[in-house]
Amino acid sequence: MTTYLDFEEPIRELEEQIANTKEIGENTGVDMADKVGELEKKLVATTKEIFSGLSPWQRVQLSRHPDRPYTLAYIKAIAGDTFQEIHGDRGVKDDKAMVGGFGLLDGETVMFIGQQKGVNTKMRQYRNFGMPNPEGYRKALRLMKLAEKFNKPIVTFIDTPGAFPGLEAEERGQGEAIARNIYEMMRLKVPVICIIIGEGASGGALGIGVGDKVVMLENTWYSVISPESCSSILWRSWEYKERAADALKLTSSDMKKNGLVDDVIPEPINGAHRNHEAIFETVKKHISKYLKDLKKVDPDKRIDNRIKKFSKMGVWK
Amino acid sequence: MSSNWFKRVKEGITTSTKEKKETPEGLWHKCDKCKTVYTLQEIQKLYWVCDRCSHHGRIGSEEYFQILFDDGKYKELDAKLTSGDPLDFEDTKKYTDRVKATIKSTGLYDAIRTAAGKLDGHDFVIACMDFDFIGGSLGSVMGEKIARAIDHAIKINAPFMIISKSGGARMMEAGFSLMQMAKVSGKLGQLSEAKLPYISLLTHPTTGGVTASFAMLGDLNIAEPEALIGFAGPRVVKETIGRDLPDGFQTSEFVLEHGFLDYIVHRGELRDKVALSLKLFRS
Repeated sequence: MTTYLDFEEPIRELEEQIANTKEIGENTGVDMADKVGELEKKLVATTKEIFSGLSPWQRVQLSRHPDRPYTLAYIKAIAGDTFQEIHGDRGVKDDKAMVGGFGLLDGETVMFIGQQKGVNTKMRQYRNFGMPNPEGYRKALRLMKLAEKFNKPIVTFIDTPGAFPGLEAEERGQGEAIARNIYEMMRLKVPVICIIIGEGASGGALGIGVGDKVVMLENTWYSVISPESCSSILWRSWEYKERAADALKLTSSDMKKNGLVDDVIPEPINGAHRNHEAIFETVKKHISKYLKDLKKVDPDKRIDNRIKKFSKMGVWK
Repeated sequence: MSSNWFKRVKEGITTSTKEKKETPEGLWHKCDKCKTVYTLQEIQKLYWVCDRCSHHGRIGSEEYFQILFDDGKYKELDAKLTSGDPLDFEDTKKYTDRVKATIKSTGLYDAIRTAAGKLDGHDFVIACMDFDFIGGSLGSVMGEKIARAIDHAIKINAPFMIISKSGGARMMEAGFSLMQMAKVSGKLGQLSEAKLPYISLLTHPTTGGVTASFAMLGDLNIAEPEALIGFAGPRVVKETIGRDLPDGFQTSEFVLEHGFLDYIVHRGELRDKVALSLKLFRS
């Protein structure tokens, strides 16, 4: 069943009207084509109007939309049957919140890695809501090193409400795991592309987020903290999440404007959640293009550029 | 009859986030743990470590520089670098006002000071956080000052040390703050390539983005006793698991036991132990 957010309500109503009109046409034999056409035009106009004026908080809501595609859906759409998932960090266990493996893109092997959210209640728990434990980050690093060894480029899909803040996560060094990944990713000899496809929450996102190209899908967020947690810390209440979302400048356009991500990948006019095939196609095209550009650069130069890019970030007087 | 009524049976944080309160500093120094009272002169001589229970009281960059640099002499780097306000951030207060007020009240320009001096006659570069400056939070200035201090260490071929004491990222710089974790990690890679030792000293408290980046990346990770060290803060972990935290959770001793620290050092022995570590890298 399709889920609609409150600000998508006018879209739901129009879609319902169109469906009803079509049904009347079919049942009565009366030609309703004109009416349907008119409603469809109105639907496009309404959708455009809603999606062009989204607030940062509404984008955050979209980034978490239950109908949005998650990491494995992207990988399978891009690599098809050639994707072979591989498991485990070789230390503790296989973290279900972090997935990855080799697959073919345009006939060439790519290492795909990403946080994975679940598609229903049972799977959400199985995937720990996309919140990796340290072994998830260590699994990701193992896969990245594997890719580096065989000179294959890396594509990461970022979609996490944060690294898991649990007791065992602390015991097994959540901080060290993320730190190690950031450090090692900065020095990988192969091209690294990081794509925020949903939520990019803080260190949990950055733990697989250091790359030559770091890009965001249009309706995603990326920041140092979620608006809810920011609200609870700075205002000591959960009530200010909208204001926090504004203040954090966490949308793709703001992050691009501030030079903190390299690019924004546009979504279909009604959002990635309403048109999976279209967003898969767009993302695939972008990856191909980035890879083509990055392969032209010498590995040492690429690492140098990567370090320089992050070194420039920051504002001081 | 029973003096047990007055005994604190449970240590650690038991209040919820909602009831959290900040307590103002007094004129006398009272040990946070055993409540022994000292005059300021007395406790200064002890490096703010309680003589009775060995609790390490909070000190700032100046005290650490005095402890570690020969004769307490050093040259401060980029002393007056201050925050911009890239996001025009405002919560209950404007970020620019918060920074201005903090500069005025602390006499510091940001949550970290970087300095070059000597330890046992050998060049040494230290970056040390000040918790009094917005909770030692990691923002653009901290990232940039550490990055420049690493460049300096590479230039003069000196070992490098970061003394962490931070609640984590500075929210008022949001995305900019987050990227400082990557920026400093990149620089540490260059330091490593130059084969220069990096010692990370974790002090109470070291959490969040600082733990999840450079504080955990030392050639040696060392800590003061009983410091709170973690990725998520104890309140968050407690709320996540829905039960009380075990005794000693996220202390230096706990982190050492789980394999993420090389050794724990009493502040009174800090200088000698660090000097020995560096000598062992050098000789």
